[in-house]
Amino acid sequence: MRHKTTTAAAAALSGALLLAACGQAGPTAQTGEDELTDGKVVLGVLNDQSGVYKDLSGPNSVEAVKMAVEDYKAEYGDDAVATEIEVITADHQNKPEVANTKAQEMYDRNKADAIFDVPASSAALAVATQAKENKKLYFNIGAATTELTGAQCNKYTFHYAYDTYMLANGTGKTVTEQGGTNWSIIYPDYAFGQDMTKSFTTAIEGSGGAVVEAIPTPFPNDNFATFLTKAAASNPDVIGSMQAGGDLINFVKQYNEAGLRDQGIELAVGLMFITDINSLGVDQFAGTTFTEAWYWNYDDENREWADRFMEITGTRPSFAHAANYSAAKQYLDAVQRAGTDDADAIVSELQGYKVNDVFLRNGEFRAEDNRVVHDAYLAKVKDEASVSEDWDYEEILATIDASEAFRPVEDSIAAGCNLGS
Amino acid sequence: MNEILQYTVQGLAAGSFYALAALGLAVIFGVLGVVNFAHGACYMLGAVVSALLLQNFGLGFWPALVVVPLIMFVFGILLERLLVRFLVALDPLYNFLLTFGLSLVLVDLIKRQYGVSGLPYTRPEILSGQVTVGDVRLPTFQLFVFAFSLVVCVLVWLLLTKTRIGMIVRASTERPELTRALGVDVGRWVTPVFGFGIALAGLAGVLAAPFRAITADMGSNFVIILFAVVVIGGLGSVLGAVVAGFLVGLVEAFGQAYAPTFAQVVIFVVMALVILVKPSGLFGREESR
Repeated sequence: MRHKTTTAAAAALSGALLLAACGQAGPTAQTGEDELTDGKVVLGVLNDQSGVYKDLSGPNSVEAVKMAVEDYKAEYGDDAVATEIEVITADHQNKPEVANTKAQEMYDRNKADAIFDVPASSAALAVATQAKENKKLYFNIGAATTELTGAQCNKYTFHYAYDTYMLANGTGKTVTEQGGTNWSIIYPDYAFGQDMTKSFTTAIEGSGGAVVEAIPTPFPNDNFATFLTKAAASNPDVIGSMQAGGDLINFVKQYNEAGLRDQGIELAVGLMFITDINSLGVDQFAGTTFTEAWYWNYDDENREWADRFMEITGTRPSFAHAANYSAAKQYLDAVQRAGTDDADAIVSELQGYKVNDVFLRNGEFRAEDNRVVHDAYLAKVKDEASVSEDWDYEEILATIDASEAFRPVEDSIAAGCNLGS
Repeated sequence: MNEILQYTVQGLAAGSFYALAALGLAVIFGVLGVVNFAHGACYMLGAVVSALLLQNFGLGFWPALVVVPLIMFVFGILLERLLVRFLVALDPLYNFLLTFGLSLVLVDLIKRQYGVSGLPYTRPEILSGQVTVGDVRLPTFQLFVFAFSLVVCVLVWLLLTKTRIGMIVRASTERPELTRALGVDVGRWVTPVFGFGIALAGLAGVLAAPFRAITADMGSNFVIILFAVVVIGGLGSVLGAVVAGFLVGLVEAFGQAYAPTFAQVVIFVVMALVILVKPSGLFGREESR
């Protein structure tokens, strides 16, 4: 058992919050408790605590969710409907079967009202099924598959942050429109890589470009030299890499090694987290274009939140961290508005809800497919010379409006999403 | 034609890592009869230590080529003194399990300390460009890696065949009892040879640092291919390890070029074929011990 539990009292550290917590222990607490199932609200963070997604989400996403709990308490004080909030966490090791068991355990035994994060698409789909069966909420942040708002969508599963459509639409479309017409795509030969390649191809062709070659690679793989030579042989304007994590770092190092940028072949990356840039070093990534769901240094509001995050974790947040915070806060706010943590009541409270917060800009919980849409950003990695502080790696080239950043509702429905009933 | 040249250079560069690391593995197996499963982790440590030296002391790639193998040499000596030697007398399986467990511990320690997304490393400027041969552009770094590891392999070969130390080591490997009877303290050489083997894995790690992702997991896949290399070359054969290292690099590169998704499978197909035709490997002696 790797559950770490945090009681409401332990989370409330500051003096003011302590006072608020004491107040709740008094007679006023009576009002809330009747409306809460099992007498408390339990938030479960299910993600990768030790493997490849640990840095970009992992334990620090748990901290982000705890920040949301803290903020909720500070905001509502004595009026809080959720009088006792518990944050639990488990490691799913990126394995769908582990995710499935852990999710069941969280909903069943630990009485979790909502599960957050869950990177790796196969794991996310398993958790979505559990959410549907248990009629409990699930806010997916870490996984990219559009299946969650397509054929496998369900009433209790909301898809936050990003997905393959949003990444392809942002990067594929914009780079093509800027003149990178001919693409060579190199992708890892498994579900995510194939999905991304399909989405990118649609976006590129829709903008008047062409994919001249799509090369599958083994996964994981540390030697891309030959694949790069093959891709360059067809003289593309852009090489699109759908690799992730360590493979992406290998890829970019070897792209630089081959000197392809000097030959006029640009690099576009399907999915990248700020933690990737940090670990590879900004000079190796400089000039690379990608789609970002959120950037910590975008404006004062983001920066302020990122400073708080840094005090707690010692590092800057990725978009996944911010999205976990936002999802937990939006959930708790919905509990507050609904006056209960009953899952069906929360779903009707959230569907169609429009909101702005530190993560969601022009945010909307779309009622038709449970896609949470918001502004996305086209980002470019800065040159080393223009980096003014640690983690200041990205230049935001364009904001993609919430209404255009994600897959249109019709397409979700065409893909088989029916929230119906 | 141009592509063939590029693939060849890429294959030889990739093979350089295998050759160096497999050489270390072969030397260790030769002298101790230990199959060091922690070799992949030592390769990883070589890269991580170079990244840390750069980050904390500004020590670049060139000095790291000397300093890191020395550090790894000391690490290897400690490993042999504190752990490996106690199991040498037992079934080889014990040391296999020990080193396997050790590699898991090392990988997790690095993950715990430095996370999973890897450490940054700056490439040496002089190796960043490309060399143009005819109308083919070849990355300088790949050529350097190949040339460098070839020189190291030749030096190790000379050390083993032309020097007194090498003679003692070879004699201790092949006929330990006889060598001992001739008054040579065989045990004295075991520890430094183990350290030397680990240092070679570390050296491969340094070479990989500018070129590959420096993550705790970088050795996990590497060690599997490494064992294919050793099996193809013949367990314990120094020449076999080197030749098979480069061979596997080439097989990988051409596999990637012409059968991308099967690139890694091809290596193991070659391994299976070699075992079928010559079970002791290309350069292995028929088992006599």
